[in-house]
Amino acid sequence: MQMTDLPDRKGHFGPYGGIFVAETLMYALDELRDNYERLRQDPAFVAEFEYELKHYVGRPSPVYFAKRLTEQCGGAQIWLKREDLNHTGAHKINNTMGQALVARHMGKKRIIAETGAGQHGVASATVAARFGMECVVYMGSEDIQRQAPNVYRMKLLGASVVPVESGSKTLKDALNEAMRDWVTNVEGTFYIIGTVAGPHPYPMMVRDFNSVVGRELLTQMPEAAGRFPDAILACVGGGSNAMGAFYPFIPHQEVRLIGVEAGGHGLHTGKHAATLCAGKPGVLHGNRTYLMQDENGQIMETHSISAGLDYPGVGPEHAWLKDTGRAEYVAVTDEEALEAFHALCRVEGIIPALESSHAVAQAMKMARTMSKDKVLLVNLSGRGDKDMNTVAHHSGLTL
Amino acid sequence: MSPRDIPTVSRIPGVFEKLKAAGRKALIPFITAGDPDKASTVPIMHALVTAGADIIELGVPFSDPMADGPTIQRSSERALKHGTSLRDCLDFVREFRSRDQATPVVLMGYANPIEAMGYDTFAAAAADAGVDGVLVVDYPPEESVELTTKLRAAGIDSIFLLSPTSLDQRMEEVAHLASGYVYYVSLKGVTGAAHLDLAEIARKIPQIRARVNLPIGVGFGIRDGATARAVSGISDAVVIGSRLVQEIEAAPPGQAAAKVGSLVAEIRRAMDAQA
Repeated sequence: MQMTDLPDRKGHFGPYGGIFVAETLMYALDELRDNYERLRQDPAFVAEFEYELKHYVGRPSPVYFAKRLTEQCGGAQIWLKREDLNHTGAHKINNTMGQALVARHMGKKRIIAETGAGQHGVASATVAARFGMECVVYMGSEDIQRQAPNVYRMKLLGASVVPVESGSKTLKDALNEAMRDWVTNVEGTFYIIGTVAGPHPYPMMVRDFNSVVGRELLTQMPEAAGRFPDAILACVGGGSNAMGAFYPFIPHQEVRLIGVEAGGHGLHTGKHAATLCAGKPGVLHGNRTYLMQDENGQIMETHSISAGLDYPGVGPEHAWLKDTGRAEYVAVTDEEALEAFHALCRVEGIIPALESSHAVAQAMKMARTMSKDKVLLVNLSGRGDKDMNTVAHHSGLTL
Repeated sequence: MSPRDIPTVSRIPGVFEKLKAAGRKALIPFITAGDPDKASTVPIMHALVTAGADIIELGVPFSDPMADGPTIQRSSERALKHGTSLRDCLDFVREFRSRDQATPVVLMGYANPIEAMGYDTFAAAAADAGVDGVLVVDYPPEESVELTTKLRAAGIDSIFLLSPTSLDQRMEEVAHLASGYVYYVSLKGVTGAAHLDLAEIARKIPQIRARVNLPIGVGFGIRDGATARAVSGISDAVVIGSRLVQEIEAAPPGQAAAKVGSLVAEIRRAMDAQA
């Protein structure tokens, strides 16, 4: 079996993935899998999705040669895939648009979502408004503090934002709460999971909807740069933007795929969210994958300056790409990400999301050691408007 | 070889046979191990038996209890604050067994603590401690063949959940792997929810009986003697969890065993009054 043919019928990527949920949800997942299997092969559905991506999301997103950043680093060329220019400001809408269309075809009128940085929540609230559906977004109360502008955006779009006070009050707890809502309201509710994790078919479905990023790159890079990049870099929390950029390139062995995790205060401090770099396999949130956990199998609280990467798990396909060696995973600290954030603001006039800044930081680090004919492509997954408060706080300012 | 082909040696089938002969139904209380503290767990287990429990479900605390409502979430948080681990839970069962060799104990929890310990180590340690059954909320039959087979070889039953949304085919998948009893989750939702639809339960139980040749326990939504009596009229066992955990949460220091014991005794009386 080719790696691109995964997952198998039961949702496995090698030993990872699968369906690990309470019995009450099995029916809903079977129903979703059957509907999605049918829709993904239905030309009318594919055309509908492509129409929305073009006319509502604003795709294709451009690739851009970051000339001045490249000159500053003095090595390999740094190119950016401008997912920050999508409607709502991140790659997240590729997936929420796809899932909202699936929900419509299944006759579901209420959607729920979990969110960390708020980007997925905003993207879910947006498509719910676009299609006239009720939308409830679960968000850790800690994240609500960190991402106040996005909370207001969701409310403007008509969504209810439910603060989650349990556990670490971040993304993983929001996911738990969304699962509890789903198990209670399973018949009329569609759960839009925001990353390539969760029970099958979510990792596959979210990857498929985000793969538009990689598919565009397959034609854009030869047109713009004359060839494929030597490496594609993308930040990895759950890993949806990375999976979308990587997936179409899996068969192109000459292209290195590099996932950049949140190194927080540094891997040696234990205060980070670098699951693939420092975690070990286990079961959480419906799938088997790498997890940040203690020796007793309890999930650990993670830390990252970026709420969107602050998650103790990771998509199961990334776990498999790591084990097979097809992709590499590295970690970048809060400080390095902040430096890259400021560099991109000043040198290129682009304010990146703190999540995406991790990938920019790794590209800058690598570019310095590579010759000028090499090409690095960074998936700039989102814009940084939402991060103004966080960045100002780190500079000792209050807005 | 299917796990069902390995003969069970747990205490669970004997308990159901004896109750059936006596025309009584099983009362299965659930508590979270390590709540309110580690020292309370074994005394609470004994108090449950004294009050009339037939089988004890001992909850293994987990940091992310996705299928549980706020009451059991809080109990897990309390237990984890004291560092209650899966190994501690096995130690509680071993200590319980030094005085009680008859009452079956079922460990109920989530997959990851077992994943972290490893299936072989867990199966051997659980058998050694005197565990009779294991219920892992987030291991559906599809993902449990390996663990179920290893547990069964160690003489431990695998208890599975069935829900209002389980179709016939899923009941058959559960029937293929389950032993001991099956646990019918009587409503859609998380533990501790308030409503209980007796008509729906009465409609579903014959469908389960037609496909699963095991005693059927019913849980979720059972709050008192009256609801327990009603449910025991149509099932083989009544599982009561969140209501007991609430009692433990509200009990003054040192009183948890007494409080939970008197509530279970009241429920026992209500159930037996019917027979």
